[in-house]
Amino acid sequence: SQEFPDPFAVDFPHVGYDLDGRRIYKPLRSRDELDLFLEKMENPEYWRTVQDRQTGADVRLSEEQLELVQRLQRGQFGDVNFDPYEPSVDFFSHEVRIHPVTNRPADKRSFIPSLVEKEKVSKLVHAIKMGWIQPRKPKENVPTFYDLWAQEDPNSILGRHKMHVPAPKIPLPGHEESYNPPPEFLLSPEEKLAWEQQDPSERRLGFIPQKFRSLRAVPAYSRFIHERFERCLDLYLCPRQRKMRVNVDPEDLIPKLPRPRDLQPFPTTQALVRISGNIHLELMEFWDFGKQGRGSDDGSVRLWEVSSGRCLRSLTLGAVVRSVAWNPNPSICLLAVALEEQVLLVNPGLGDRLLVAATDQLLDSWEAPEEERVQPVRWIPASPEERAKGIRLLVQHDKPVTQVTWHAKGDYWASVVRNPGGRQVLIHQSSRRWSQDPFRKSPGMIQCVQFHPLRPYFLVASQRSVRIYNLLRQELTKKLQSNCQWISSMAVHPGGDNVICGSYDSKLAWFDLDLSTRPYRLLRHHRRALRSVAFHRRYPLFASGSDDGTVIVCHGMVYSDLLQNPLLVPLKVLKGHAPALDLGVLDVAFHPHQPWLFSSGADGTVRLYT
Amino acid sequence: MGGLEKKKYERGAATNYITRNRARKKLQLSLPDFRRLCILKGIYPHEPKHKKKVNKGSTAPRTFYLLKDIKFLLHEPIVNKFREYKVFVRKLRKAYGKSEWGTVERLKDNKPTYKLDHIVKERYPTFIDALRDLDDALSMCFLFSTFPRTGKCHVQTIQLCRRLAVEFQNYVIASRSLRKVFLSIKGIYYQAEVLGQPITWITPYAFAHDHPTDVDYRVMATFTEFYTTLLGFVNFRLYQSLNLVYPPKIDSQAEDELKPAEGKEYAMDSESYLEKLSGLSASLARAVAPTHEDEVEMDEFPVEGETAELMDAKKKEQEALEKHKKLFEGLRFFLNREVPREPLAFVIRCFGGQVSWDKSLCIGATYEATDPSITHHIIDRPHLDKQVVGRYYLQPQWVFDSVNAKLCLPVADYFPGVLLPPHLSPFVTEKEGDYVPPEKLKLLALQRGENPDEESEEEEEEEEEEEEEGDNDKEEEEDESEKEEEMKLQKMEEQKTQSTQSNKVLPVKVTAGKVRVEDKQRLEQEQQSEEKRLAIMMMKKREKYLYKKIMFGKKRKIREANKLAEKRKAHDAALKEQKKKKKKARQA
Repeated sequence: SQEFPDPFAVDFPHVGYDLDGRRIYKPLRSRDELDLFLEKMENPEYWRTVQDRQTGADVRLSEEQLELVQRLQRGQFGDVNFDPYEPSVDFFSHEVRIHPVTNRPADKRSFIPSLVEKEKVSKLVHAIKMGWIQPRKPKENVPTFYDLWAQEDPNSILGRHKMHVPAPKIPLPGHEESYNPPPEFLLSPEEKLAWEQQDPSERRLGFIPQKFRSLRAVPAYSRFIHERFERCLDLYLCPRQRKMRVNVDPEDLIPKLPRPRDLQPFPTTQALVRISGNIHLELMEFWDFGKQGRGSDDGSVRLWEVSSGRCLRSLTLGAVVRSVAWNPNPSICLLAVALEEQVLLVNPGLGDRLLVAATDQLLDSWEAPEEERVQPVRWIPASPEERAKGIRLLVQHDKPVTQVTWHAKGDYWASVVRNPGGRQVLIHQSSRRWSQDPFRKSPGMIQCVQFHPLRPYFLVASQRSVRIYNLLRQELTKKLQSNCQWISSMAVHPGGDNVICGSYDSKLAWFDLDLSTRPYRLLRHHRRALRSVAFHRRYPLFASGSDDGTVIVCHGMVYSDLLQNPLLVPLKVLKGHAPALDLGVLDVAFHPHQPWLFSSGADGTVRLYT
Repeated sequence: MGGLEKKKYERGAATNYITRNRARKKLQLSLPDFRRLCILKGIYPHEPKHKKKVNKGSTAPRTFYLLKDIKFLLHEPIVNKFREYKVFVRKLRKAYGKSEWGTVERLKDNKPTYKLDHIVKERYPTFIDALRDLDDALSMCFLFSTFPRTGKCHVQTIQLCRRLAVEFQNYVIASRSLRKVFLSIKGIYYQAEVLGQPITWITPYAFAHDHPTDVDYRVMATFTEFYTTLLGFVNFRLYQSLNLVYPPKIDSQAEDELKPAEGKEYAMDSESYLEKLSGLSASLARAVAPTHEDEVEMDEFPVEGETAELMDAKKKEQEALEKHKKLFEGLRFFLNREVPREPLAFVIRCFGGQVSWDKSLCIGATYEATDPSITHHIIDRPHLDKQVVGRYYLQPQWVFDSVNAKLCLPVADYFPGVLLPPHLSPFVTEKEGDYVPPEKLKLLALQRGENPDEESEEEEEEEEEEEEEGDNDKEEEEDESEKEEEMKLQKMEEQKTQSTQSNKVLPVKVTAGKVRVEDKQRLEQEQQSEEKRLAIMMMKKREKYLYKKIMFGKKRKIREANKLAEKRKAHDAALKEQKKKKKKARQA
């Protein structure tokens, strides 16, 4: 009969099929678990009852069958009569016989040398002959360590060793690395957080200091191998270089300058403040006798007496005053005022009456030439009302005038016109009412001009350089490179050999004309743009006013000895002006005789420092 | 005119340097071999002054070596050995592949080896040079000797490292040249002075290593290869200088003591020998019997003036050093089981003390815990049940602090269970203006011979406060100039505000004047500071930059010192508060 494999048989009602293909059914089993249990309990033969898988019937094992099962379980042979420990019988050798077991004759190859072996040996021999196979080297009996430096030969120190840069040693640990540091070396929680957020390369301390109560509690340092490895990398990968460490006392770096108190007199304290409302632009110019002229952009020019502090005259002009300039000639009382496109020559009528009359006479003595010359400006005599105010002449330009300046003799004066690319500088002669343009082509954007106080030179400051022209020979003598971005103002030393330039990039350049066309010194004293610079006429002083609201007074001693360079010493930082609208000090001027300094600022004050 | 056209990069700096890749090609070595060669020969890259010129106009980041260095490497016999080794590996692989075991055997017998003796001699032409460079070698050997004998690197290397480290330790003990010890959180720093050269090394705490994965052990192994050679030769020479036998032998007298009494063999003799040595408790055999009169007295030359003073100072220093060397002479220590044995035994023996430990802990214990002659018992647990009268029970920090202080510190602070005083670094020498922890000040006072303990505690506290106040005074002085400026600015501001006020309302008002008391000193100072400021204005740009940098560094230092002092003050105040509270609680 056909039989199912066991697992299939579980679910089917039949056990298999007979020869005719009919199903052989399992014997009917109506017993459930309870019945099984009961049988187990009640049937004393249950332990030796086995189910026959083929028929499904229960079979009770006989005594012999039980014996067999027990023997097999014990690992014994099933057959009771089988003896596994029978004595062995050595079949071939226990009895020596006269005849061999096999009678096969020996092979021929057992009598002749082996070819294969011969081949192998010859290969080895060849290899030994060729030196491919080395015989075993005898073990050298040399101690591994001996006195290597027994003979220290001074010749063995080569250039290499002198050039060798030994690796720097690892820095020694400080208190913070201790396992039990003083409490102040431990990081506070904020510091710890900051440490964790820092980039590992930026940390000043490579670890977080920790405190342990006893040595027993100290754990292994997890980055120990790392640190040694990094040291190894440093040793063979890092370029080495000898660096000269600057080991200077910072006090030695400070230049030894004469003490300011030895260089007195110079203005030190604020003596006077004049408040003039909300006037922004203020200009000052001194006349020889201690009178001061001042223009402002509310359209007036006021004249003050310094000694008394009184306002002597006030001229209302009705337009913004750009520049004022007193005639430097002591025998003439004349004031040039730049007013929009006009320049007014004003006789303020102050001082000696003779002087005033002489000035008027000088201006009026002009006679018109026979042939009219073409001039770049128009000279207009003042109308009676204007004359009553003191105005004597009007010089009409075609563009706004930014600066007027007198020649030292008091006859010539120059004006700067804001006219980029065109005619920018004009030189006028007031006695002959005659003007001319000195330049054939424009030398860039001109910031300011100055006449040389002694020699017939004319200084023109463009954006980045100062040109010095010889007016007699009509040629360019020098071009001073200022090293600044944008020159704002310029002043000439009364000795004539030195020029200072203030610039909007907060530098002050001191030129020594005998020395070089480059600045002798570039002073970066101010923090903001410089607006004006001034020399004192008698004392070795110069001052600079800047947008940061300070005026710095410096000692600028020029020696007559050509070999000695000028001595520049900053003397005093004068504070007082409050910056307004990003502007600070707008103009500075020295008193002609006294070591006094006037400064006007954007906060609408004029301050006198004495 | 005429002449040949000058080609770029054919003269000058460009010809003095060579890139790493080109150097490698010139030497015909693979990158790992090149690296090995550079490590062994101590060749390091150089940074050219004008990198672009050397790099032939390119700005790519490259490593440059000096051409001379590379030419020097060309003559190195080791380069050939590298090549031989490569061939050997190839042959071996082939033999393995063909299962020719005889060939494998033969090849292995003839494995090419190389020695680094000549390189050591070449790199360090004099012995002093070698000593100067010993720091890294020692640290590395001590680290490698703690590695497990599995994976990572050859067992022989580890064994060699251990042997050399123990030998060096024994030398330091024999010569008594240890000077400073420092327990840091990274490990233990030791500083010894050998032939006038300070040698510092660090050993890790005795724990299993957590081996990092991002470390190239081959590089470290190459370094160790060189360092072991160097250290071996240095050890030989050092032993010779003390007339000691090398390889070290334990004194026969000591050896008898060390013999296990029960006659039970502990291990093979050759193996246990290193362990006995590393016990550090026995003295070493000398080649020449020590003569006790070999302490040469310095000849005295008649000297005058300053040199005499110098000589006196030197003599005093010498005496202090001798005293320091005999710090623990006559003391008998016993180490409890939880105490790290090796560092403590090493340190104690270096200063002449006798030391022993539990027999089960390590070989080499000389006396038992019950020995009545023990003077100091080192223990690192909060309390001990059975205490023997007649000896101090101390925490291990006492030993290290005493060594650093160069005197036996008062023991009261170091009893078991007591909160230890901070452990300070002996490597820091405070300069003027640096922050000095108060413990250091106390220590300095102790060294000078004053005894701050006699004064009552309160007084001490007051003193501390005074000190701190003193510190503050200094700070104030430093700050004074700034304050002056501030004052001035304030005045100016006041003036300004006045003037602005006067803008609005004309101040036609007369107030009674006040007599101004002018502080002359203050005025003087003000004037001086202003003069200084003006002078600074006149500095040249470069000098000003330097000056500002230096001043910035100084200010930062002061700031940090102040911060530390403040922290300390806050901490002390908090402590005081706590004490008071406790007192009150006790009283209540």
